[in-house]
Amino acid sequence: MDISRHWRNRKQRYRLVGEVCPHCGAKLFPPRDVCPHCGMEAKTVETLVGTGTVYAFTTVRQAPSDFAEQSPYVVALISLDDGPMLTAQLTDLGDVEPYVGMRVEMVTRKLRNADDERGLIIYGYKFRPVLERALA
Amino acid sequence: MPELLRPERPVGIVGYGAYVPRYRLPAKEIARIWTQGRGGLPIEEKAVPGLDEDTITISIEAARNALARAGIDAELLRAVWVGSESHPYAVKPSSTIVAEALGATPFTQAGDWEFACKAGTEAMVAAFGLIGSGMADYALAIGADTAQGRPGDALEYTAAAGGAAFIIGPAEESLAVLLGTLSYVTDTPDFWRRAQQPYPEHGMRFTGEPAYFQHIGSAARAFLEATNTTPQDYTYAIFHQPNAKFPQRIAKQLGFTPEQIAPGLVVPTVGNTYSGSAILGLTATLDVAKPGDRILVVSFGSGAGSDAMAFEVTDLIEERRALAPATQDYIRRRTEIDYATYVRWRGKLVLK
Repeated sequence: MDISRHWRNRKQRYRLVGEVCPHCGAKLFPPRDVCPHCGMEAKTVETLVGTGTVYAFTTVRQAPSDFAEQSPYVVALISLDDGPMLTAQLTDLGDVEPYVGMRVEMVTRKLRNADDERGLIIYGYKFRPVLERALA
Repeated sequence: MPELLRPERPVGIVGYGAYVPRYRLPAKEIARIWTQGRGGLPIEEKAVPGLDEDTITISIEAARNALARAGIDAELLRAVWVGSESHPYAVKPSSTIVAEALGATPFTQAGDWEFACKAGTEAMVAAFGLIGSGMADYALAIGADTAQGRPGDALEYTAAAGGAAFIIGPAEESLAVLLGTLSYVTDTPDFWRRAQQPYPEHGMRFTGEPAYFQHIGSAARAFLEATNTTPQDYTYAIFHQPNAKFPQRIAKQLGFTPEQIAPGLVVPTVGNTYSGSAILGLTATLDVAKPGDRILVVSFGSGAGSDAMAFEVTDLIEERRALAPATQDYIRRRTEIDYATYVRWRGKLVLK
């Protein structure tokens, strides 16, 4: 069931809680307690902003069983404006074709059902095309 | 005459936020499948949630928009209340997941509310009390749904998805100050869903006169009397919008003009978002309101009851409005789907 794993990751999954290195200022995601940039201890919690750019993407058509319900779907490497790169599904594409360099923003969505419909519903970050706003 | 509910400490809306999913199912597409395209249509189209959306994800986005407008840290929220009739779990709170996703945990109240289409305004009234008593400074009240309609049923044309969130706080920090509230509730069985049943039942024409019109009309009239106001004292009004016809008819019966209800009448292109219905009308109205405007909201929940409440918009609306997407920004973002896609996405196909 992996309940404990989902529970441990909930803050990073739901709202991109990462870390910032107090020595070199780099933002870290996922949180890892040691800065990969300067090698120093980095345990300061920091919530990342959640906007970024598509660095690369692919369409998954042969999905793992837990994700089959949502197939086909697009998985992308997202270069966050805060610095880190992460892997996430793109969502709310509608009739929009994804492209490298597309501006995206984080949303919290249903990732999958753990096990079957009797199990946990796993929520986490996905990214969508930035919502167009009349005022901003 | 019933007395108005008014808190000792003046309260209001510090921040508000809306959310409507991207996908739209036109009513004529449903009619194509079930009636050979014949007969009248209650709305133009309804919002359909994507495969990864539910009441919790809708609540999270609406609440993030409300927080952005309020400009407060989520840790200051002392209540996260989610009103819905489509909570994803039968047992396990939606509100704890929403609170965690916002960063409002752990020192907060959290609870799920259910009263058909008025669970959201019920949570708002509770928030008025919590803040108005001085127990807390900020509370979050949400109404959101991913409503289900039985295939081919009249409700399938309108049962939609969306939600709205409100951060209730002290009047001096509010973009709209509460003038008062009042509720009208009876045991009227116009619509229900039994445990473990996928689709609701309804009393057909019984949902009109003894339910919708009786409760909204009575709550609105009592509210106007208790506040010694008339429809002309309000710039805008919003009535629960299960279809396009009902809110326009009750507005006329009560003496409100089409112009007064126009900004909040989102049902023709969004559908009935159930717990989000009246309050999505409120967010759309706040998006265009000016300081000094007065707004009357009357929700309706089957079962049955109505919450009437009114607000006066303050100068703070101007600086906060653009801090989050407008309701119409979400309505404008639109991808049409066909009935087959809708059937797959809403889990109506038997796969195992």
